[in-house]
Amino acid sequence: MSLRTESGPYFGDFGGRWVPESLMAALDELSAEYALAREDPAFAAELMELHRTYTGRPSIITEVPRFAAHAGGARVILKREDLNHTGSHKINNVLGQALLTKRIGKTRVIAETGAGQHGVATATAAALFGLDCVVYMGEVDTQRQALNVARMRLLGAEVVAVKSGSRTLKDAINDAMRDWVTNVGNTNYIFGTVAGPHPFPAMVRDFQKIIGEEARQQVLDLTGRLPDAVTACVGGGSNAMGIFHAFLDDTEVALYGYEAAGEGVDTPRHAATITKGSPGVLHGARSLMLQDADGQTIESHSISAGLDYPGVGPEHAWLASIGRASYLPVTDAQAMDALRLLSRTEGIIPAIESAHALAGTLELGRELGPDATILVNLSGRGDKDMETAGRYFDLLDAEAAQS
Amino acid sequence: MSGTGTGSGTGAITSAVEKTIALRREAGSGALIGYLPVGFPTLRESIDAAVAIVNNGVDILELGLPYSDPVMDGPVIQAATQQALAGGFRLRHGFEAVKAITAQVDAPVLVMTYWNPVLQYGVDLFADDLLAAGGAGLITPDLIPDEAAEWMAASERTGLDRVFLAAPSSSDARLAQAVAASRGFVYAVSTMGITGARADVDAAARILVDRLHAAGSTSTCVGVGISTPEQVREILGYADGAIVGSALVKALSDGGVDAVAALAKRLAAGTQDIRNTGHPARQLG
Ligand SMILES: Cc1ncc(COP(=O)(O)O)c(C=O)c1O
Repeated sequence: MSLRTESGPYFGDFGGRWVPESLMAALDELSAEYALAREDPAFAAELMELHRTYTGRPSIITEVPRFAAHAGGARVILKREDLNHTGSHKINNVLGQALLTKRIGKTRVIAETGAGQHGVATATAAALFGLDCVVYMGEVDTQRQALNVARMRLLGAEVVAVKSGSRTLKDAINDAMRDWVTNVGNTNYIFGTVAGPHPFPAMVRDFQKIIGEEARQQVLDLTGRLPDAVTACVGGGSNAMGIFHAFLDDTEVALYGYEAAGEGVDTPRHAATITKGSPGVLHGARSLMLQDADGQTIESHSISAGLDYPGVGPEHAWLASIGRASYLPVTDAQAMDALRLLSRTEGIIPAIESAHALAGTLELGRELGPDATILVNLSGRGDKDMETAGRYFDLLDAEAAQS
Repeated sequence: MSGTGTGSGTGAITSAVEKTIALRREAGSGALIGYLPVGFPTLRESIDAAVAIVNNGVDILELGLPYSDPVMDGPVIQAATQQALAGGFRLRHGFEAVKAITAQVDAPVLVMTYWNPVLQYGVDLFADDLLAAGGAGLITPDLIPDEAAEWMAASERTGLDRVFLAAPSSSDARLAQAVAASRGFVYAVSTMGITGARADVDAAARILVDRLHAAGSTSTCVGVGISTPEQVREILGYADGAIVGSALVKALSDGGVDAVAALAKRLAAGTQDIRNTGHPARQLG
């Protein structure tokens, strides 16, 4: 049975539409329009043309031998989503949903954002298509990703700093949903990851699966065979689903998702949803989530704003439950070390999110050994993280100088 | 399943909520439904406030369980429920509150809860404990009938009411589904939006109530945005009940139990002298 044909609303026991009735008309409309668009060659052609002339697709792959020397000598190949216009994989999905917005005839788009990459991509598409744009971002994240706030504003978007709850991505999603419930008549919600109610998990996955489709062929062309493993970081899970999807039926290819373990999965400060979570309903989908015995969402923690989310997309929960993909935790410290290592060995500064995939790959390479080939989704570039990285490493340098 | 569409006369009705609404309608008026969250400002005061608003004219209580991610709620209820959670609210306090309130007043008590807390507690256990505490049923703002199989079974088994929401944007088919699935009443969301007082109640509310009546609902209450006696009176001109939330929470927050009791009394005045001409039962009969 093919695992690649699942298109929701359910992925095994996970998924669905656990939303206020007020959103059902909009979700039904989106599902219907998307079903038409995905069968429409003109829609696909328009999106591909945008990818070619605007995003810069196909993104290249880069083999990184100096980095790989630290990964047990395994062959490591990066899929360079960091080179996309706006700096991450998020643009792949946003352009698809923005085209869909035009098709539906709505004039205003809203988005949630954690790291700011999805917000920047949405603001970019809004500028390109002449749509009004409001981006919800947790107040904590507006501070740690201040550069992206400025980018969104420069692009003409309004950025709302969300001050409720944990003031991070989960609360930004709550406020975006409240906006959507109120303004659904003229507003489309451009959701940034493979979580949320149907049709978002399947639709966002479909817009991101180009990553794996390109990379699968590129690795075949380069090495003459499929990789032994494919790795990605997992926040909501869109870049991971994007690169995993093309390989789901290649049973000889192992799939690894790396979750943010923050200060450690045995501390309360982490975002390792699959490793430590349990089934529940959050933001419109039944999936795995971090919660207490009363079903209250537990606030997550990660140095990386884009992975700082207590939920995960339902397709990942399903892939984990059937054992097709493995999900492992990576701490803040491991990710930051990997970020520095890739910078110094290869001259590529990754996003802190993507650095979680790199850190996981270092360990995986040591396990698999020098005969293995590992394809890593380098989901974004580190420009937005320079302040965090600067502070993080300055502190280490200061300590080192003292000792 | 018995939807609100099936209970035509008070004799056939088993739901206390439906009965209360029908009696108020037969008296030429409609029901006033008051929302307050459990645990705000404290568990004790939330119980006292609930009892006080019933003693001042509220017909049915809607007790909210604080939840970490309340996507249907505006700033007033968000702030109150966040404070309750910070103050140590646990689900068991919800059952304690229902028990303490129903020991003091006769008004039916519906619990308003987002779905994940019920799922984690266990749908059947939640239903059993709510019934044992004297609760009348659940209002579920983020559970649509399409996903409600477990709750339909548990409410059927226990006889608890299940109030689903209907929105101005809902298709006719979805309204029919909400009417068929609901027992107690159908919650007509007055406007496209989240909870919070509004100066005017949307014209959309009246259209939605008419559509729900056409879909067979005999028990339709309007909520979201209602804060004044005038609005209550206006709504009871065409609907079977009016639900007030944020305004009561704000009164409790600003002036304590006395203030919320006083507001309930003023709102209840809005249920007097209704000429309920909009109801199809009246037009037909
Ligand atoms: C570069 C980058 N990678 C990964 C993520 C995490 O999202 P997802 O798991 O949906 O790919 C983000 C989110 O902001 C991001 O900016």
